[in-house]
Amino acid sequence: MTTVLPAPVSADAPAEERRSRITSLERSDRIYRSVLRASGVAVLTVMGLVGLFLAIRGGEALHKGGFAFLTTQAWDPDAGNFGIAGVLVGTILIALVAIFFALPLSVGTALYISEYAPRKLQRTLISIVDLMAAVPSVVYGLWGLFFLQGHVQGLARWISTYFGWIPFLQVDGVDRDNALVDVTVYGSSAFIAGMVVALMVTPIACSVMREAFMQAPAGEREGAFALGATKWGMIRSVVLPFGKGGIIGGMMLALGRALGETIAVYLIISIVFTIQPDVLHAGAGQISSLIALRFGEASQFGLSALMAAGLALFLMTLVINFAASSVVARSRSGAESD
Amino acid sequence: MTALYEHPPAGLWDVTAPIAPAPSYASPPPATFCPQTTADDQPEPRRNTGMVHQRDILALGGSIIAAVSTTMLLFNFLAPWSGKIGFVAVAFGLFLGFYALLVSTEERGPAVRDRVIAALVHGVAFVLLLALVFLIGFTFERGWSALQHWNFYHQDLANAGPLEPMEVGGIRHAAIGTLWMIAIALAITVPLGIACAMFLNETRGAFTRFVRTIVEAMTALPSIVAGLFILATWILILGRGKSGLAAALALSVMMLPIIIRAADVVLRLVPGNLKEASLALGAGQWRTAWHVVLPTSRSGLATAVILGAARGIGETSPVLLTAGYTTYTNTNPLAGDMTSLPLAAFKLVSSPQNSFIARGFGAGATLLALVLILFIAARIIGGRGPGNLTKRQQRRVAAVSQQDLARFARREAGLEPEEQSAEGAGRRLLSMPVVTSLKVRRRMPTRLPVPKSLPRPKGRRRE
Repeated sequence: MTTVLPAPVSADAPAEERRSRITSLERSDRIYRSVLRASGVAVLTVMGLVGLFLAIRGGEALHKGGFAFLTTQAWDPDAGNFGIAGVLVGTILIALVAIFFALPLSVGTALYISEYAPRKLQRTLISIVDLMAAVPSVVYGLWGLFFLQGHVQGLARWISTYFGWIPFLQVDGVDRDNALVDVTVYGSSAFIAGMVVALMVTPIACSVMREAFMQAPAGEREGAFALGATKWGMIRSVVLPFGKGGIIGGMMLALGRALGETIAVYLIISIVFTIQPDVLHAGAGQISSLIALRFGEASQFGLSALMAAGLALFLMTLVINFAASSVVARSRSGAESD
Repeated sequence: MTALYEHPPAGLWDVTAPIAPAPSYASPPPATFCPQTTADDQPEPRRNTGMVHQRDILALGGSIIAAVSTTMLLFNFLAPWSGKIGFVAVAFGLFLGFYALLVSTEERGPAVRDRVIAALVHGVAFVLLLALVFLIGFTFERGWSALQHWNFYHQDLANAGPLEPMEVGGIRHAAIGTLWMIAIALAITVPLGIACAMFLNETRGAFTRFVRTIVEAMTALPSIVAGLFILATWILILGRGKSGLAAALALSVMMLPIIIRAADVVLRLVPGNLKEASLALGAGQWRTAWHVVLPTSRSGLATAVILGAARGIGETSPVLLTAGYTTYTNTNPLAGDMTSLPLAAFKLVSSPQNSFIARGFGAGATLLALVLILFIAARIIGGRGPGNLTKRQQRRVAAVSQQDLARFARREAGLEPEEQSAEGAGRRLLSMPVVTSLKVRRRMPTRLPVPKSLPRPKGRRRE
């Protein structure tokens, strides 16, 4: 076998001209790229404007309110007495009630769709869950106000009667021995609003979890079965650990949505501005409901104060959303996507 | 049972035995043997590999009956409980207990846990489904007294006083408002959103990353804050007044990040080798985007847009802040108050009049029907990943394949000369099953060289 050696390069031979690998773009491509860039800049401008405007206008109110903005339990901006302590706690309470109900519902449904449902039904079920996410929030609000409230008041009374010793579940000012007590004291509460919000956020959480569960590697599933695991044993040792990131991330996404939900909650609760820790008792606070209630009569400064409240809500949701996406991205099931 | 093979001579597998000389056969034994079936060899009865046994069904049915009976006993005689939801909850709890008890008479711990959890998971999924059914059913039931009158769809509420019967008044004004708002919002968000998603996908760099972060952050923006922003800028600072346009702008601010995120995910699914193939064939970036990336992800993009539209249509809070509320028809989105279906539903049910509440439910039901239609459209148009063809597309691809087969046969037989036209060759080379509408052929200067010596697969399309 002969090897062809490269001809010796003599020093005085002219070096081959290096070809430039940078090609100039065609005119259409240049236009295309500039259009893309322009759209990116436009979106950035809009989003930046929203954030900036919110910060500037909200900043005015924050500057005037100072630290008391976070501790005051009243909303009277024109008298200088305003703060989000009550509505902030209310917002978090409603979201926590929602998560309390949404967690088992969404994990169970996601497990059902990915593990138990017949293959033929799977696509249909996924569509139905997605449809639930697309149902308008005002419809959920109507349902919660006119249907669920009547059915849940009795349950709320029962819980508060027997579990009233748990701090969050007591209802004050009710004579328990009086059989004719008006159940409306158990309506319009954070508990009912939270239940409705739970139904609204369950589909969101459920689809994130289902994605994660379905990606659990078949080899590990079969390995678990081959070692003699029952279906639940397989789920507990393979699917759930694999989808842990999906569960946490989906729940946090749901929490973000639950914090910002407006109209369904606004229809159900009667807003109070003080801290109301009893979730079963009528009256609850929520930031976005506060905005919906007070925007009409707000002065310039009142609007700034509402913007500050909106800013607080936005920052809270933002932190939770970023935490959720980082949890999903770091988990094993989310390693492929973002 | 018949032996499928003859046993090897004894001692062959015995490694301790002294090595015997290889047995000599008159003729080499056949490598495989035909199983010799005899007349009495009945086919083996098929084993039931199903997982459902009679005792499982008995346990399930028995525990359901026991649970319902016990719950009825509790609710009617023993405990001071009432209510349908409570009944179902207690019955389900008791059912799980009875089921565990019944199963544990036959199975051991892990199997009992498996059964109980399977029942629990089924129950939870059923609860969610039931909630959706109740939600839709209740809305249509309460709205039926309004929905059954034809005037509900072609009149507005201007003449409907609190005491007017259902024969007067409808939601035409709200439907028109909703259509205007969503049309304007889509006209803004679809081009901008898809272009921005393309920007995020097609370019690299610090600026792209920054835009992506901001868009992700903005998905967290509560919708009412989007309304507040438009209220404070467009209406109060610019002094334009509440109008359909203002509401559409608020909806756009809310929908833009949703559509960008969804389109971004869809565009990322376009296979990289399709893009590379197009670029390698000499198409520029713009042509690649227009003829390869967008057609491939068309169904996914349509789904993203429709789902974004469904979110936008159903959103109440930005509209509440920016559109005002009217009971008369306003067809001009640029000036004057306007209302939308969710806003009308919201305002109407806040009224103490039963007739208005029924109309509010009617508006909610109409909205729900609209979202349902949009959703089904999204499922029909989209719902398939790139490369998954519909039945019709599959038939078309198969027909093209048949044509090619016939053409190859003719050419082999020498009936048809080799094609010289670059266009035809390019079309066949590029009309891959994934992208049926790929149109890069005009940029194909010459036919791609195909080595003559290699055997070409007949009648089979390149994958």
